Amino acid sequence: MLIQIILIVALLAIAFYLIRATPSARHLAVRRMLVFLAVIGGVVVILSPGLLTSVANAVGIGRGTDLLLYGFIVAFLLYVVTDFKRSTQLSRANTQLARKLTLAEAHLQDEISRRGANPDD
Amino acid sequence: MDAMHTESSCEAAAPGLDYSTWIVIPLYNEASVIAGVVSELLGQFANVVCVDDGSTDGSAQAALDAGARVLTHPLNLGQGAALQTAISYAVAQPGCEHIITFDADGQHRIIDALHMLERAREEKLDIVFGSRFLDDRTNPGILKRIVLKTAVGVTNLTTGLKLTDAHNGLRVLSAEAASRINLQQDRMAHATEIVLQLGRTRLPWGESPVEVLYTDYSKAKGQSLLNSINILFDLVVN
Repeated sequence: MLIQIILIVALLAIAFYLIRATPSARHLAVRRMLVFLAVIGGVVVILSPGLLTSVANAVGIGRGTDLLLYGFIVAFLLYVVTDFKRSTQLSRANTQLARKLTLAEAHLQDEISRRGANPDD
Repeated sequence: MDAMHTESSCEAAAPGLDYSTWIVIPLYNEASVIAGVVSELLGQFANVVCVDDGSTDGSAQAALDAGARVLTHPLNLGQGAALQTAISYAVAQPGCEHIITFDADGQHRIIDALHMLERAREEKLDIVFGSRFLDDRTNPGILKRIVLKTAVGVTNLTTGLKLTDAHNGLRVLSAEAASRINLQQDRMAHATEIVLQLGRTRLPWGESPVEVLYTDYSKAKGQSLLNSINILFDLVVN
Protein backbone atom coordinates (compact mmCIF):
# COMPACT_ATOMS: atom_id res chain seq x y z
CA MET A 1 0.00 0.00 0.00
CA LEU A 2 1.11 3.49 -0.81
CA ILE A 3 0.51 4.74 2.75
CA GLN A 4 3.02 2.24 4.17
CA ILE A 5 5.75 3.63 1.96
CA ILE A 6 4.79 7.22 2.78
CA LEU A 7 4.78 6.59 6.54
CA ILE A 8 8.05 4.67 6.56
CA VAL A 9 9.76 7.36 4.51
CA ALA A 10 8.36 10.02 6.83
CA LEU A 11 9.62 8.23 9.96
CA LEU A 12 13.06 7.61 8.47
CA ALA A 13 13.28 11.24 7.45
CA ILE A 14 12.48 12.30 11.02
CA ALA A 15 15.10 9.92 12.41
CA PHE A 16 17.67 11.28 9.96
CA TYR A 17 16.77 14.81 10.92
CA LEU A 18 17.24 13.91 14.59
CA ILE A 19 20.66 12.38 14.07
CA ARG A 20 22.27 14.44 11.36
CA ALA A 21 20.83 17.80 10.54
CA THR A 22 21.63 20.97 12.43
CA PRO A 23 18.79 23.46 12.66
CA SER A 24 19.00 26.16 10.02
CA ALA A 25 16.94 28.91 8.48
CA ARG A 26 15.99 26.54 5.66
CA HIS A 27 14.49 24.05 8.10
CA LEU A 28 12.63 26.87 9.79
CA ALA A 29 11.18 27.89 6.41
CA VAL A 30 10.12 24.30 5.69
CA ARG A 31 8.46 23.99 9.09
CA ARG A 32 6.57 27.25 8.62
CA MET A 33 5.42 26.16 5.19
CA LEU A 34 4.17 22.87 6.65
CA VAL A 35 2.15 24.75 9.25
CA PHE A 36 0.71 26.94 6.51
CA LEU A 37 -0.20 23.92 4.40
CA ALA A 38 -1.75 22.21 7.42
CA VAL A 39 -4.00 25.21 8.00
CA ILE A 40 -5.12 25.30 4.35
CA GLY A 41 -5.57 21.54 4.27
CA GLY A 42 -7.53 21.67 7.52
CA VAL A 43 -9.93 24.29 6.23
CA VAL A 44 -10.48 22.40 2.97
CA VAL A 45 -11.15 19.12 4.79
CA ILE A 46 -13.53 20.82 7.22
CA LEU A 47 -15.49 22.28 4.33
CA SER A 48 -15.74 18.98 2.47
CA PRO A 49 -15.29 16.03 4.86
CA GLY A 50 -15.73 13.51 2.07
CA LEU A 51 -12.50 14.65 0.50
CA LEU A 52 -10.45 13.26 3.40
CA THR A 53 -11.88 9.78 2.91
CA SER A 54 -11.26 9.95 -0.84
CA VAL A 55 -7.62 10.83 -0.24
CA ALA A 56 -7.37 8.06 2.37
CA ASN A 57 -8.79 5.55 -0.11
CA ALA A 58 -6.36 6.72 -2.76
CA VAL A 59 -3.36 5.83 -0.56
CA GLY A 60 -4.83 2.57 0.68
CA ILE A 61 -6.59 3.50 3.93
CA GLY A 62 -10.25 2.76 4.55
CA ARG A 63 -11.29 5.82 6.56
CA GLY A 64 -10.38 9.49 6.51
CA THR A 65 -10.08 9.58 10.31
CA ASP A 66 -7.31 6.97 10.15
CA LEU A 67 -5.36 9.08 7.68
CA LEU A 68 -5.82 12.01 10.02
CA LEU A 69 -4.47 9.97 12.95
CA TYR A 70 -1.39 8.86 11.01
CA GLY A 71 -0.74 12.39 9.89
CA PHE A 72 -1.12 13.58 13.46
CA ILE A 73 1.41 11.05 14.78
CA VAL A 74 4.00 12.00 12.16
CA ALA A 75 3.47 15.70 12.85
CA PHE A 76 3.79 15.09 16.59
CA LEU A 77 7.06 13.18 16.20
CA LEU A 78 8.43 15.95 14.03
CA TYR A 79 7.47 18.43 16.72
CA VAL A 80 9.21 16.42 19.45
CA VAL A 81 12.42 16.20 17.43
CA THR A 82 12.38 19.88 16.51
CA ASP A 83 11.75 20.88 20.08
CA PHE A 84 14.54 18.61 21.32
CA LYS A 85 16.96 20.19 18.89
CA ARG A 86 15.96 23.66 19.90
CA SER A 87 16.41 22.91 23.59
CA THR A 88 19.85 21.40 22.88
CA GLN A 89 20.87 24.56 21.07
CA LEU A 90 19.59 26.68 23.91
CA SER A 91 21.47 24.69 26.51
CA ARG A 92 24.69 25.01 24.50
CA ALA A 93 24.22 28.75 24.34
CA ASN A 94 23.55 28.70 28.06
CA THR A 95 26.77 26.80 28.70
CA GLN A 96 28.82 29.22 26.64
CA LEU A 97 27.30 32.13 28.46
CA ALA A 98 28.00 30.59 31.87
CA ARG A 99 31.56 29.75 30.82
CA LYS A 100 32.24 33.29 29.65
CA LEU A 101 30.93 34.57 32.96
CA THR A 102 33.08 32.14 34.95
CA LEU A 103 36.23 32.94 32.97
CA ALA A 104 35.62 36.68 33.15
CA GLU A 105 35.19 36.44 36.90
CA ALA A 106 38.36 34.34 37.22
CA HIS A 107 40.31 36.80 35.10
CA LEU A 108 39.14 39.64 37.28
CA GLN A 109 40.13 37.79 40.46
CA ASP A 110 43.56 37.01 39.02
CA GLU A 111 44.05 40.61 38.03
CA ILE A 112 43.07 41.84 41.49
CA SER A 113 45.37 39.44 43.29
CA ARG A 114 48.21 40.26 40.87
CA ARG A 115 47.84 43.96 41.61
CA GLY A 116 47.58 43.20 45.30
CA ALA A 117 50.93 41.41 45.07
CA ASN A 118 52.55 44.17 43.00
CA PRO A 119 51.05 47.45 44.22
CA ASP A 120 53.39 49.46 41.97
CA ASP A 121 51.68 48.31 38.75
CA MET B 1 64.58 5.87 48.61
CA ASP B 2 68.05 5.54 50.04
CA ALA B 3 69.18 6.57 53.52
CA MET B 4 70.81 9.80 52.41
CA HIS B 5 67.52 11.32 51.36
CA THR B 6 65.44 10.54 54.37
CA GLU B 7 65.93 12.60 57.50
CA SER B 8 68.10 15.59 56.78
CA SER B 9 66.73 16.91 53.51
CA CYS B 10 63.02 16.45 53.72
CA GLU B 11 62.27 19.55 51.70
CA ALA B 12 65.13 19.28 49.27
CA ALA B 13 64.18 15.69 48.55
CA ALA B 14 60.97 16.88 46.97
CA PRO B 15 61.89 17.17 43.28
CA GLY B 16 60.70 20.75 43.11
CA LEU B 17 57.23 21.94 42.28
CA ASP B 18 56.08 21.69 38.68
CA TYR B 19 55.10 25.18 37.54
CA SER B 20 54.48 24.52 33.87
CA THR B 21 51.73 21.94 34.35
CA TRP B 22 48.15 22.76 35.23
CA ILE B 23 45.97 20.19 36.93
CA VAL B 24 42.34 20.67 35.93
CA ILE B 25 39.57 19.15 38.03
CA PRO B 26 35.85 19.30 37.32
CA LEU B 27 34.28 19.49 40.74
CA TYR B 28 30.73 18.64 41.68
CA ASN B 29 29.63 17.68 45.18
CA GLU B 30 32.83 15.98 46.37
CA ALA B 31 33.23 17.89 49.63
CA SER B 32 34.33 14.87 51.60
CA VAL B 33 37.28 13.99 49.36
CA ILE B 34 38.32 17.05 47.34
CA ALA B 35 40.53 18.61 50.01
CA GLY B 36 42.66 15.48 50.22
CA VAL B 37 42.96 15.24 46.43
CA VAL B 38 43.94 18.91 46.09
CA SER B 39 46.49 19.00 48.89
CA GLU B 40 48.16 15.84 47.63
CA LEU B 41 48.40 17.33 44.13
CA LEU B 42 49.80 20.59 45.48
CA GLY B 43 52.71 18.61 46.85
CA GLN B 44 53.85 18.09 43.25
CA PHE B 45 52.19 20.75 41.15
CA ALA B 46 52.01 24.48 41.77
CA ASN B 47 48.86 24.97 39.73
CA VAL B 48 45.67 23.11 40.57
CA VAL B 49 42.46 24.56 39.21
CA CYS B 50 39.02 23.24 40.15
CA VAL B 51 35.91 24.26 38.31
CA ASP B 52 33.09 24.02 40.78
CA ASP B 53 30.05 23.04 38.77
CA GLY B 54 27.39 24.41 41.07
CA SER B 55 28.12 22.14 44.04
CA THR B 56 25.68 22.42 46.90
CA ASP B 57 27.79 20.73 49.58
CA GLY B 58 30.58 23.23 50.11
CA SER B 59 33.02 21.52 47.73
CA ALA B 60 34.21 24.87 46.38
CA GLN B 61 35.16 26.14 49.82
CA ALA B 62 36.87 22.85 50.66
CA ALA B 63 38.97 23.05 47.48
CA LEU B 64 39.76 26.70 48.12
CA ASP B 65 40.85 26.00 51.69
CA ALA B 66 43.06 23.19 50.43
CA GLY B 67 44.83 25.72 48.21
CA ALA B 68 43.33 25.18 44.76
CA ARG B 69 42.42 27.94 42.32
CA VAL B 70 38.64 27.60 42.23
CA LEU B 71 36.46 28.80 39.37
CA THR B 72 32.72 28.67 39.89
CA HIS B 73 30.01 27.94 37.37
CA PRO B 74 26.93 29.99 38.19
CA LEU B 75 24.82 26.85 37.82
CA ASN B 76 25.28 23.13 37.30
CA LEU B 77 26.16 22.46 33.67
CA GLY B 78 27.72 19.00 33.72
CA GLN B 79 31.16 17.47 33.95
CA GLY B 80 32.03 18.06 30.31
CA ALA B 81 31.18 21.73 30.60
CA ALA B 82 33.27 22.08 33.76
CA LEU B 83 36.21 20.33 32.13
CA GLN B 84 36.05 22.63 29.11
CA THR B 85 35.94 25.71 31.33
CA ALA B 86 38.95 24.45 33.28
CA ILE B 87 40.89 23.74 30.08
CA SER B 88 40.02 27.12 28.58
CA TYR B 89 41.27 28.79 31.75
CA ALA B 90 44.46 26.75 32.01
CA VAL B 91 45.64 27.14 28.40
CA ALA B 92 45.28 30.90 28.73
CA GLN B 93 47.73 31.02 31.65
CA PRO B 94 51.26 32.19 30.84
CA GLY B 95 53.84 29.43 31.05
CA CYS B 96 51.35 26.60 30.74
CA GLU B 97 52.97 23.71 28.88
CA HIS B 98 50.92 20.74 29.96
CA ILE B 99 47.46 20.12 31.30
CA ILE B 100 46.47 17.09 33.32
CA THR B 101 42.79 16.27 33.67
CA PHE B 102 42.09 14.70 37.03
CA ASP B 103 38.95 13.44 38.72
CA ALA B 104 37.77 15.05 41.93
CA ASP B 105 36.71 11.85 43.65
CA GLY B 106 40.16 10.54 44.47
CA GLN B 107 40.15 7.58 42.10
CA HIS B 108 43.35 8.58 40.31
CA ARG B 109 46.91 8.19 41.58
CA ILE B 110 49.37 11.05 41.34
CA ILE B 111 52.21 8.68 40.63
CA ASP B 112 50.41 7.62 37.45
CA ALA B 113 49.95 11.26 36.44
CA LEU B 114 53.65 11.95 37.00
CA HIS B 115 54.61 8.95 34.96
CA MET B 116 52.33 10.02 32.10
CA LEU B 117 53.75 13.53 32.19
CA GLU B 118 57.26 12.14 32.02
CA ARG B 119 56.32 10.07 29.00
CA ALA B 120 54.74 13.08 27.29
CA ARG B 121 57.94 15.03 27.80
CA GLU B 122 60.42 12.32 26.93
CA GLU B 123 58.61 10.84 23.95
CA LYS B 124 57.31 14.24 22.80
CA LEU B 125 53.71 13.09 22.95
CA ASP B 126 51.04 15.77 22.87
CA ILE B 127 48.42 13.46 24.32
CA VAL B 128 48.73 10.65 26.86
CA PHE B 129 45.57 8.82 27.82
CA GLY B 130 45.36 6.85 31.02
CA SER B 131 44.17 3.27 30.71
CA ARG B 132 43.16 0.98 33.55
CA PHE B 133 43.28 -2.06 31.27
CA LEU B 134 46.99 -2.01 30.39
CA ASP B 135 48.04 -3.74 33.58
CA ASP B 136 46.25 -5.77 36.23
CA ARG B 137 46.30 -3.31 39.11
CA THR B 138 42.70 -2.26 38.63
CA ASN B 139 39.81 -4.63 39.19
CA PRO B 140 36.61 -2.91 38.12
CA GLY B 141 34.37 -5.94 38.55
CA ILE B 142 32.66 -7.87 35.80
CA LEU B 143 29.65 -5.60 35.15
CA LYS B 144 31.71 -2.41 35.05
CA ARG B 145 34.23 -4.13 32.81
CA ILE B 146 31.46 -4.93 30.32
CA VAL B 147 30.16 -1.35 30.39
CA LEU B 148 33.64 0.09 29.96
CA LYS B 149 34.66 -2.27 27.21
CA THR B 150 31.46 -1.43 25.33
CA ALA B 151 32.30 2.25 25.73
CA VAL B 152 35.79 1.53 24.42
CA GLY B 153 34.30 -0.17 21.38
CA VAL B 154 31.99 2.73 20.65
CA THR B 155 34.77 5.25 21.19
CA ASN B 156 37.16 3.46 18.88
CA LEU B 157 34.45 3.08 16.28
CA THR B 158 33.59 6.78 16.27
CA THR B 159 37.05 8.27 16.81
CA GLY B 160 39.31 6.06 14.74
CA LEU B 161 41.82 5.79 17.61
CA LYS B 162 42.61 2.41 19.07
CA LEU B 163 42.34 2.89 22.81
CA THR B 164 42.07 0.22 25.48
CA ASP B 165 40.08 2.33 27.92
CA ALA B 166 37.33 4.91 27.70
CA HIS B 167 35.93 7.40 30.15
CA ASN B 168 39.17 7.46 32.09
CA GLY B 169 39.46 10.92 33.58
CA LEU B 170 43.25 10.95 33.79
CA ARG B 171 44.84 12.50 30.69
CA VAL B 172 47.96 14.50 29.98
CA LEU B 173 47.68 17.08 27.20
CA SER B 174 50.16 19.52 25.78
CA ALA B 175 48.95 23.12 25.73
CA GLU B 176 48.76 22.78 21.95
CA ALA B 177 46.48 19.74 22.13
CA ALA B 178 44.37 21.23 24.91
CA SER B 179 43.83 24.47 23.01
CA ARG B 180 42.28 22.52 20.16
CA ILE B 181 39.59 21.01 22.34
CA ASN B 182 36.15 22.53 22.30
CA LEU B 183 33.76 20.24 24.12
CA GLN B 184 30.10 20.61 23.22
CA GLN B 185 28.89 17.66 25.26
CA ASP B 186 28.07 19.07 28.64
CA ARG B 187 27.39 15.77 30.30
CA MET B 188 29.19 12.44 30.32
CA ALA B 189 29.50 12.00 26.55
CA HIS B 190 32.38 14.47 26.63
CA ALA B 191 34.72 11.60 27.50
CA THR B 192 34.21 10.20 24.00
CA GLU B 193 34.03 13.63 22.41
CA ILE B 194 37.42 14.61 23.84
CA VAL B 195 39.01 11.52 22.29
CA LEU B 196 37.32 12.35 18.98
CA GLN B 197 38.60 15.93 18.98
CA LEU B 198 42.09 14.95 20.07
CA GLY B 199 42.19 12.27 17.37
CA ARG B 200 41.35 14.88 14.76
CA THR B 201 44.35 17.01 15.77
CA ARG B 202 46.64 14.26 14.40
CA LEU B 203 49.08 15.08 17.20
CA PRO B 204 51.24 12.23 18.52
CA TRP B 205 49.53 10.32 21.31
CA GLY B 206 50.08 7.40 23.63
CA GLU B 207 48.41 5.38 26.32
CA SER B 208 49.80 4.69 29.78
CA PRO B 209 48.70 2.22 32.42
CA VAL B 210 47.00 3.78 35.40
CA GLU B 211 45.37 2.37 38.46
CA VAL B 212 41.83 3.40 39.25
CA LEU B 213 41.05 3.18 42.93
CA TYR B 214 37.56 1.84 43.38
CA THR B 215 36.69 2.92 46.85
CA ASP B 216 33.19 2.32 48.17
CA TYR B 217 32.78 6.04 47.72
CA SER B 218 33.63 6.14 44.03
CA LYS B 219 31.67 2.93 43.40
CA ALA B 220 28.57 4.57 44.79
CA LYS B 221 28.98 7.43 42.35
CA GLY B 222 29.98 5.38 39.31
CA GLN B 223 28.31 5.29 35.95
CA SER B 224 25.29 3.05 35.75
CA LEU B 225 24.55 0.78 32.84
CA LEU B 226 21.48 2.84 31.97
CA ASN B 227 23.45 6.05 31.88
CA SER B 228 25.63 4.62 29.14
CA ILE B 229 22.50 4.62 26.99
CA ASN B 230 22.26 8.36 27.62
CA ILE B 231 25.87 8.76 26.58
CA LEU B 232 25.29 6.80 23.40
CA PHE B 233 22.22 8.89 22.59
CA ASP B 234 24.07 12.17 23.17
CA LEU B 235 26.81 11.04 20.81
CA VAL B 236 24.57 9.78 18.03
CA VAL B 237 22.13 12.66 18.06
CA ASN B 238 23.45 15.87 16.68
